[in-house]
Amino acid sequence: MGSITLKQVTKSFGDVNVIKPLDLHIREGEFIVFVGPSGCGKSTLLRMIAGLEDTTSGTIEIDGEDATAMPPAKRGLAMVFQSYALYPHMSVRNNIAFPLKRAKVAPAIIEEKITAAAKMLNLTDYLDRKPGQLSGGQRQRVAIGRAIVRQPSAFLFDEPLSNLDASLRVNMRLEISELHQSLATTMIYVTHDQVEAMTMADRIAVFNGGIIEQVGTPLELYQRPVNRFVAGFIGSPKMNFIDVDMKAGDPTCSLGVRPEHLKITKQQGLWSGEVGVIEHLGSETFLHVHLANGSTLTVKADGECPLQHGDKINLTADDNKIMHFDGAGMTIPSLSWEEKAVVKSA
Amino acid sequence: MATTQSRTLAKMMLLPSVTLLLAWMIVPLCMTLYFSFLDYNLLMPGENEFIGFLNYEFFLTDPAFIESFFNTLLLVGGVLFITIGGGIGLAILLDQAIWGRNYVRIMVLAPFFVMPTVSALVWKNMFMNPVNGLFAHFAEFLGVAPIDFFAELPLLSIIIIVSWQWLPFATLILLTAIQSLDREQLEAADLDGAGPFSKFTYIVLPHLSRAVTAVILIETIFLLSIFAEILVTTSGGPGYSSTNITYLIYTQSLLQFDVGGGSAGGIVAVIIANIVAIFLMRLIGKNLEG
Repeated sequence: MGSITLKQVTKSFGDVNVIKPLDLHIREGEFIVFVGPSGCGKSTLLRMIAGLEDTTSGTIEIDGEDATAMPPAKRGLAMVFQSYALYPHMSVRNNIAFPLKRAKVAPAIIEEKITAAAKMLNLTDYLDRKPGQLSGGQRQRVAIGRAIVRQPSAFLFDEPLSNLDASLRVNMRLEISELHQSLATTMIYVTHDQVEAMTMADRIAVFNGGIIEQVGTPLELYQRPVNRFVAGFIGSPKMNFIDVDMKAGDPTCSLGVRPEHLKITKQQGLWSGEVGVIEHLGSETFLHVHLANGSTLTVKADGECPLQHGDKINLTADDNKIMHFDGAGMTIPSLSWEEKAVVKSA
Repeated sequence: MATTQSRTLAKMMLLPSVTLLLAWMIVPLCMTLYFSFLDYNLLMPGENEFIGFLNYEFFLTDPAFIESFFNTLLLVGGVLFITIGGGIGLAILLDQAIWGRNYVRIMVLAPFFVMPTVSALVWKNMFMNPVNGLFAHFAEFLGVAPIDFFAELPLLSIIIIVSWQWLPFATLILLTAIQSLDREQLEAADLDGAGPFSKFTYIVLPHLSRAVTAVILIETIFLLSIFAEILVTTSGGPGYSSTNITYLIYTQSLLQFDVGGGSAGGIVAVIIANIVAIFLMRLIGKNLEG
């Protein structure tokens, strides 16, 4: 239970196409994260899957059944909203019981399910409080509790952690991952935070401008991004891009190197520049290096980095860690030895 | 700016307006209280003797008092019932995305800007008149005898007129309350399988409770002193069937020139209003907290 298939799904508001024709298969039991910049259509797509937005064209299948025109309650999905959307005048107990009462479940079973959910989410002591008396993380857990008791075929999360402070966000991230492990239910998670995507996902779908740029496991996206957008979006700090002059026979228009793959050398390197701002994080140091051509590279160095503002340094990187992008921003698959020889001789 | 100095300064600055407001309230109240113990009738000039609670005794034992007391309660209760019920309905309708919504909203609010006397006269002459009124024409069209509203249903007619005036107020307050409802709550209820009726009872209505409380409190204050609508339509009749306490005090002091009796009635009205206020605050005031 819990596979969702989108076939040629589109969404337009008037003349604006928010979602361009899009195909996606979400496997049973997987944790898929929709990630992308704001306004890329990821939340709209989630709301379409939930049934809160009409689908302009195309079909949404849930467990092999066409659900495109089904009302939200019939789809068997549960959603956790960014604002939690708890019912403020009901106690935690009644909030969690609300979907069960609407489904006319017997009171004894409701009580049993509430007890189980409260135990799982550490809410047992708070059942008789109102949402207004809870902290952000507790409200989040109540929202998840309300979703769990319905035993949905899939959970939809719409940026659930963006209202929490940083340390709590890390905790809740772990709790949600833990929950996915224990429930083994399909989860679709929307976020704009690539760290959340990388740490939680089985697979990530990177959205941009109403289309999916790439779908894959976190490491696939990190190691083999299909284009410059995905390469820049996944990984923190961002990948460095260096424009290069076009050479005959080589379609490379720009190079991409991740900050963690740049090395500082004494010898002549690939690039040289002047150190600008230095950010010490203790475990590592980020250097912002200004090149002669005006571009800035971010370099990840050791925690104890003796360099100072204004120092001149040389940078290099392994050949196989440098990505090549063509004029359209697409990744050029890494060249084999023979091909490189051809390029060099040309 | 919570220093001792700034707080003292704030108190000094407030003092003139507080003094003025207090005097404005205290002086008439004390004069009314004083007159209520005197035998003071404008038709019988002479010594205004102190007669103790005699004015109160006459006012409270007057059969008209009991009738007008219940009329007042019926008037306030009836108007509150219609304006809040109708206001919630209208607010939900006006919240829907319809073409020309802004114009419809302005038109719905229009009755609130019409003076009480004018609206009562419009209702009296154009709608409820048994010969020329719109309702009479409608009754004729249906082939039934027209109703003489102010003779047959005097209190109900006044309730209808006053409700028409106060419906926009209730609608406006409740509409803003509905607009502040978090849409995600409704969407969550959608996913939880709540139908339109459950959504209304479990989410919209509890959300509106504070606004409803505010409407009840504000309207009650004004509805206890309804006067103009009664004066220009039924003049409190037939008999005392559409007289409320405010109107009874008017007849006492200005039609019978009994200043002492009218003042006693005024004090009784003040006491009743305070009882109602305390009762309301106890009953629903907790909705306004938190």
